[in-house]
Amino acid sequence: MKYADEFRDRQAVAARLATLGEAATRRWTIMEVCGGQTHNLLRYGLPQAIDAQVELIHGPGCPVCVTAAATIDRAISLAQTPGCLVASFGDMLRVPGSSLSLQQARARGAAVQLVYSPLDAVALAQREPARQVVFLAVGFETTAPATALAVLQAARWGLTNFSLLVAHVRVLPAMELIAGDAACRIDGFLAAGHVCTVTGANVYEDFVSRHRLPVAVTGFEPVDLLDGLLACVRLLEARRPAVANAYVRAVSSEGNRHAQAIVEQVFEPCDRTWRGLGTVPGGGLQLRSAWSEFCAERRFGAADGEAADGDSRCPSARVLTGQMRPTQCPYFGRECTPLAPLGAPMVSDEGACSAYYRYGRVYA
Amino acid sequence: MCLGVPGRVVRWIDRDPILGRAEIEFEGICRECHMACVPDAEVDDYVIVHAGVAISRMDETAARQAQADWQAWRDSSPAADDAQAS
Repeated sequence: MKYADEFRDRQAVAARLATLGEAATRRWTIMEVCGGQTHNLLRYGLPQAIDAQVELIHGPGCPVCVTAAATIDRAISLAQTPGCLVASFGDMLRVPGSSLSLQQARARGAAVQLVYSPLDAVALAQREPARQVVFLAVGFETTAPATALAVLQAARWGLTNFSLLVAHVRVLPAMELIAGDAACRIDGFLAAGHVCTVTGANVYEDFVSRHRLPVAVTGFEPVDLLDGLLACVRLLEARRPAVANAYVRAVSSEGNRHAQAIVEQVFEPCDRTWRGLGTVPGGGLQLRSAWSEFCAERRFGAADGEAADGDSRCPSARVLTGQMRPTQCPYFGRECTPLAPLGAPMVSDEGACSAYYRYGRVYA
Repeated sequence: MCLGVPGRVVRWIDRDPILGRAEIEFEGICRECHMACVPDAEVDDYVIVHAGVAISRMDETAARQAQADWQAWRDSSPAADDAQAS
């Protein structure tokens, strides 16, 4: 596949590993923010290959993992409401709420539908006018344009049976929270490449100058990941906190202005509860008042209070902030597996625990 | 979750600013995708598709420049030469 195969080339990886070995004069601690990067780093065995130069800390960058149990509980209650159908991405269906996941609720008769795109949920609402279709909208800045387009399309078609339960999250406020923690021992960040296709690389300039931590915008193939790590290590070795773009084929300095405008038209930032992190100021997106007719909570009522974030044994907060490796959890691979997860990081393919379970048990 | 797959624009279906769609090819598999975020993309351009929406147009020039920059950097690195030879 063009733009993918050449970034998986064995020799290109070997050359970068050798260069990284030469570039690092000490072992640096770097957090990859995105769960997709965590997944691929482990898939390709890179944490072992660079262990002498970089300690990788896996960040909270899996929107599925950080969706609050109360939101899933609300989605389940809507899916159990006669005449309502809840649609969402496949990963989302397996995340435990306070007692059930959407998948388990579906097995008990709730109306739950897996969709590939938010726009497929709009098409579903158009095909089934007698049903209320609620899209459980999760994702980072990468996914927000698709959800915003779904709203614009539903409005264009005049649909009155489509609405959103919005659980969108924003990456930068979470990075602020992690970097601002007094216990933070991170030397630099790999920024999530596909988030940056929308936001642009420049969005990190202010963060870098305030926290004096370098950020390397990084892609997902093994060569991309090593290029991001190399860029970050070079900045660290030069004692130069700056933003580096190691994913230039997809990310520009300014980002995608069209996508930004579409999101801006429909959504505005808000505080949001992240599972494991608590309330993240500015860490979410909500519908602007002009689009409140598409707000499921306005149409059907909000959730009743807070819900516990799944099994209390799961130390997901420490995993999501990089204070604990998945393999250090006493339940990892025993009581907690992808088929029977105690917490969200074991559910999604991009959750750190799931990635370690699939690829990383050699690190135990 | 933030999976993005590069694909080639085969043909535009509709150039509406909001509902614009095009047929995108992924290694021989074609799928209709939403194009409102990349209205300037042309046939044979590569775009990154996420959740059915093209969110970025691949910059061929930037990709080549990055490759050239890396090559220049590697050429100046003895360790990388060793890796290449092994």
